[in-house]
Amino acid sequence: MKVRIKFAKSGAMRFIGHLDIMRYFQKAIRRADIDVAYSEGFSPHQIMSFASPLGVGLTSNGEYLDIEVKTHAGAEDMKQRLNKVMVGGMEILNVTMLKEDAKNAMASVAAAEYTVRFRQGYEPGFDWPDRLMEFYHSPSIIVAKKTKKSEMTLDLKPFIYRLSLLGKGGTAPAVRMLVNASSSGNVKPGLVMEAFLRANGEELSPFALEIIREDTYADVGKEGEPHFVPLDAIGMEF
Amino acid sequence: MSELALRDEILLQVEKPARYIGNEVNAVIKDKSQVDIRVAMCFPDVYEIGMSHLGIQILYDMFNRFDDVWCERVYSPWVDLDKKMREEKNIPLFVLESQEPVRDMDFLAITIQYEMCYTNILQVLDLSRIPLRAKDRSWEHPIVIGGGPCVYNPEPIAAFFDIFYIGEGETRYRELLNLYKEYRKQEKSREEFLRAAAKIPGMYVPRFYKVEYNEDGTIQSMLPTEEGIPERIVKEVEMDVSHTYYPEKPVVPFIKVTQDRVVLEIQRGCIRGCRFCQAGQIYRPVRERDLDMLKRYALAMLRNTGHEEISLSSLSSSDYSRLPELIDFLIEKCGEKKINISLPSLRIDAFSLDVMGKVQDIKKSSLTFAPEAGSQRLRNVINKGLTEESILQGAALAFQGGWTRVKLYFMLGLPTETEEDIKGIAELANKIAAVFFETVPKDKRTNGKVQIVASTSFFIPKPFTPFQWAPMCTKEEFLEKAYATRSAIKQQLNQKSIKYNWHEADISVLEGVFARGDRKIADVIELAYKKGCIFDAWSEFFKGDVWMEAFEELGIDMAFYTTRKRELDEIFPWDFLDCGVNKEFLKREWKKALEETVSPNCRAGCQGCGANRFGGGVCFENTGKGYGNGNEGKD
Ligand code: SF4
Repeated sequence: MKVRIKFAKSGAMRFIGHLDIMRYFQKAIRRADIDVAYSEGFSPHQIMSFASPLGVGLTSNGEYLDIEVKTHAGAEDMKQRLNKVMVGGMEILNVTMLKEDAKNAMASVAAAEYTVRFRQGYEPGFDWPDRLMEFYHSPSIIVAKKTKKSEMTLDLKPFIYRLSLLGKGGTAPAVRMLVNASSSGNVKPGLVMEAFLRANGEELSPFALEIIREDTYADVGKEGEPHFVPLDAIGMEF
Repeated sequence: MSELALRDEILLQVEKPARYIGNEVNAVIKDKSQVDIRVAMCFPDVYEIGMSHLGIQILYDMFNRFDDVWCERVYSPWVDLDKKMREEKNIPLFVLESQEPVRDMDFLAITIQYEMCYTNILQVLDLSRIPLRAKDRSWEHPIVIGGGPCVYNPEPIAAFFDIFYIGEGETRYRELLNLYKEYRKQEKSREEFLRAAAKIPGMYVPRFYKVEYNEDGTIQSMLPTEEGIPERIVKEVEMDVSHTYYPEKPVVPFIKVTQDRVVLEIQRGCIRGCRFCQAGQIYRPVRERDLDMLKRYALAMLRNTGHEEISLSSLSSSDYSRLPELIDFLIEKCGEKKINISLPSLRIDAFSLDVMGKVQDIKKSSLTFAPEAGSQRLRNVINKGLTEESILQGAALAFQGGWTRVKLYFMLGLPTETEEDIKGIAELANKIAAVFFETVPKDKRTNGKVQIVASTSFFIPKPFTPFQWAPMCTKEEFLEKAYATRSAIKQQLNQKSIKYNWHEADISVLEGVFARGDRKIADVIELAYKKGCIFDAWSEFFKGDVWMEAFEELGIDMAFYTTRKRELDEIFPWDFLDCGVNKEFLKREWKKALEETVSPNCRAGCQGCGANRFGGGVCFENTGKGYGNGNEGKD
């Protein structure tokens, strides 16, 4: 049976990279004594698929991985077992079941939502909350994209599905954005912010942003009419 | 969760920030207001190396079982962070669990596993803002205590330590901690505490000893400076290895480390008595762990870590008497959970090949032989009981079983070595290749050709071995020998199947100085460190020229420590320590070596080394009473 696990990553765990998170879960699943399925061959490994790698330094409230289990005692039991073996900063949020023909987590990712703040001392020199929506509503957002061979320009606009200002007038305003996170058009929130600052004549320093991934989404809409739902909305209770 | 000691900016700029954040599975977090003693346990090398060390895991577990103690870990910051910490000057080195400064701990316990980490010890002290020299410390600083194999000659680093713990950590730490609590409560001075500590068995407190030298630079005497301080310090041994501390929940690192697996120590010590090997002497007598204990711990550790591999650990594992039962048990239990079993240091024979065939992918694994010397004559000198016949037989069996890769380990520069012995290395490698072509018909060579990798290290005489009297080669001699080995291999018929590697010579020479060094070496280590030497065990960071400069500036002659011929009655810097085997035994073995005579192992015939005084282990296996009365081995 295919199972989708939703988890949050916070605190010091933001410094653990994607490959190490994969290793972490392989060991956690053993510690939790989950009856997981293995691949065949001389060095069998757990059948496992992660939705979208999270960059080092980011925290998240909506990460996903799919595993395959042979037997189980219900979603709640699995969630509890896993939470019992987590370290601080890792929390299992829910466990759902997938249909046999469902796309795996990685293939399902279409978009991700982020909350972005400036770290203290790294706020831009201009009154950025007032300028944000003007920037977003401009007809195109052109950025330079360096590849190994050449430098191209790219319009980010079609890849930003939603963007808004949070906590306007408060002490720590933030940007919330829903952007493309599919394998073909993944947009890093830092790139959007860099474009925003450049449009206002400033450069983004590499450590200026504190970024939280809020959730990861699949597109269940029709061609040309996207409808984004969190990846766990595809799963079913069990 | 505690605040991190390093800012995000720093953590995002250094390679592998996971080295510095703690928070690993099974890391122990305690409420600091509820403990009396804080211990920083340090392995002075990078996290991935330090985290792989079993001894630290054992002591970490032991300390944290004490309710009044919180033991945390610290490793050497890698060169990138080291640089930042020196630039910024306001980030003191911290322990991983609480992320609090090492300087605020009560004890800084450093395990010293190899000589080439000595500058890293200074790095840890320096970055912690602890004075490098023990004499400059006050109660504002932790008690710096050293342990591990290198403390069997602690003299080159004696100036940097308040205490050395000689021997196995399981036995005396509780006593030391109690003393500490009592003395702190009574507001006694640091000096008073150290004086009292020096009277606990196994504790060496360098400041209470004075060394007098002869005119030629050798030692005339080493004596306590005060009444009541012991003249000799006997190593500590845990005799009941089946009912003692062992971790059920080892810490599981996030990043891949050298030992990314459960490690099960099946026995301590080695019965073999190879004459170059320090471990084979200082861990005597051999003590086996109980099979049931090992089974229980294996399952508990696998359950608590989630590791996908378990490895047996000991010197010469094949000598563990219950090995077949243990392996059967592991194969059964691990098969269910797809857990790999790794079996290092097995003697190659029908049994081990059968086992390895079951637990490893033959195509990917290689066979390891450690003949250490190329000729039977020299193998007799070093008492390595491995014959050419048994190597070739083992290889033939293995080739029939499908193995095609062979690793061979040798040493160059052993006492009495001749050109013939060096040629023997090449010839042995060649014969093994020939065995492959004889035993495996052409159409069966499915896994390609045979690959033989011969590696040589340079022989470094170590304290408390029969070779402690042996002169060591110079760098030039070492390199000559390596070139001679290389050209001898080139002349072999099967040379295309043989690859040859050798170890760096100048690192070996320095290691030789440290291994048999005295207190005068401390200045060199400090000077080299101040000139930028660090991570000397890593060839990419080893600065041979800077070390040479340091020796020259201080007028210290390396040859005095390495190539000099030592007389049988010379007092060595480490002679005030008693590692269990007595000097008379070592002398006998040294003489037998020069006569090319072998000594049987502990099970085949006790040599009366003296370790039977600990009252257990292999010495009492057959008779129930210690048969090693000291006379058996005498000529
Ligand atoms: S006393 Fe004999 S049996 Fe015991 S360790 Fe020494 S040589 Fe081996």
